[in-house]
Amino acid sequence: MSGINDYIDNEVKGNDVVLFMKGTPGFPQCGFSGQVVQILDYIGADYKGVNVLDSAELRQGIKDYSNWPTIPQLYVKGEFVGGCDIVREMFQAGELQTFLVEKGVSVKGAA
Amino acid sequence: MSIQATMEDKLNKAFSPERLVIINESHLHAGHHHHGSDHHGAYDGTGETHFRVRVVSSTFAGMSRIDRHRAVNELLADELKAGVHALAIEPAAPGEKIRW
Repeated sequence: MSGINDYIDNEVKGNDVVLFMKGTPGFPQCGFSGQVVQILDYIGADYKGVNVLDSAELRQGIKDYSNWPTIPQLYVKGEFVGGCDIVREMFQAGELQTFLVEKGVSVKGAA
Repeated sequence: MSIQATMEDKLNKAFSPERLVIINESHLHAGHHHHGSDHHGAYDGTGETHFRVRVVSSTFAGMSRIDRHRAVNELLADELKAGVHALAIEPAAPGEKIRW
């Protein structure tokens, strides 16, 4: 396993909810990443944002890791959930909150 | 053939869709810099870089969301490698609620 793959694997397995994104949760640099940030913030889930713009190796590595060609990518408890479209669809259908709770992730908001 | 026409052709052949709409959203991303990314400079908004694919096909019945997206991403892998930077996908099976 390459170094970047180990790094990604650690992030995915070491955090309950981790979002690989362009920019940071405080300053997303892509509209798709920004949408996922807004959704996670709205439902009040704790998550870690990993900025793929930090390195070209990471940007390519995450695509290889999941065999998924685009960013953002959301992982919950080590499992790949999807990108912006899937997260938004799940949220709109009310499934994202249920999914997180089933996975044992606390959601504080969901106003 | 434009990238959009190629994608339309591939999607029609692979999924025999009941409905298919491909929207070029590149203009929405004009001036959008990709600081630190593989894409240099800003998109001028006139190209074929950002697309949204809306497709209704019986192929998707019984498939998970991830598998539906993987099917479209794999079909269009060449286009994604060759300059399509963003591909939003709204797949549905016949009878599922859609908003378009």
